[in-house]
Amino acid sequence: MMKLPVFVTILLAGTASPGLQADAVTEVQNLYRAQGAGPFHFDRGERLWNSRLYQDRGCTDCHGTDLKQPGQHLRTKKAIEPMAPSVVHSRYTDPARVEKWFGRNCKWTWGRDCTAQEKGDLLEYLKRL
Amino acid sequence: MKSWIIGGLIAATGMAAAGLVIGSQYERDDDEHGGRAGNGQRLFSRQDIAPVQNALYRDECGSCHFAYQPGLLPAASWRKLMDNLSDHFGDNAELAPDTAAQLRNYLDTHAADRVNTGRSPGIARSLRGEVPLRITETFYFRRQHDEISGRAVAENPEVVSFSRCDACHTGAAGGSYDEHEVSIPGWGRREN
Repeated sequence: MMKLPVFVTILLAGTASPGLQADAVTEVQNLYRAQGAGPFHFDRGERLWNSRLYQDRGCTDCHGTDLKQPGQHLRTKKAIEPMAPSVVHSRYTDPARVEKWFGRNCKWTWGRDCTAQEKGDLLEYLKRL
Repeated sequence: MKSWIIGGLIAATGMAAAGLVIGSQYERDDDEHGGRAGNGQRLFSRQDIAPVQNALYRDECGSCHFAYQPGLLPAASWRKLMDNLSDHFGDNAELAPDTAAQLRNYLDTHAADRVNTGRSPGIARSLRGEVPLRITETFYFRRQHDEISGRAVAENPEVVSFSRCDACHTGAAGGSYDEHEVSIPGWGRREN
């Protein structure tokens, strides 16, 4: 019986429904809520996504402007899967993975860690795409 | 008693081994190896570098760049690289401690000076104690690419950098760097 919810979660994670993917993103956001952040806003997330706060670097440098399309690593030219949860199924289903990429990319892009509030806002923007 | 016989045998074995080493280096130098039909097609596949079999490595390292086979650099280089992931050639590539530990172990056991297959021993030997962070800085790499012009790589928007092995080496992901499998985008196949 204990295994059932996990099994159901995996089944749901395998589907392409935008609603269910948004739920996966919400679960990650709940981790940031647990750290005292929130409420999260789409507009703030969008502004952050397009901001250049450090050495003229921005999210779009690698992820591009159409987040339903693949991005490209600035220097290695390696393709990066689209950011839109409605397009890529697996991006947001593992909170540790989301944290890893926030950790790396906030430091490169902004020269510092993102706050829990900023991460939640960014996800609020991304999850509606 | 008969130690001179044993001594002679050891010396002869040593010379034979040295001959093999020199022979294999020459073989690598002109890059004519593996069976071929008259038309230059390969008769059998050959691994220059043991391919990446580790899914964690492929995922963690390969999401930003070509997943370089561990056999392309010595263990000391990989250690140095893993010690400084917060500044990984200008990018932050930090990993969770347990992930980093697993990858360190994989790199250490499959490094150029830890395996005896393909080009790895030649790469390790060519370093003479240097600990390069970039594969492109190794003497072995530079020797193998010295005839490639900058226009074909750095000034070629479809290639951009020598660090993108798979941009030209069509078999790179499988560990094959045979020069007959090279196809430089916009420049066509290497002339044989």
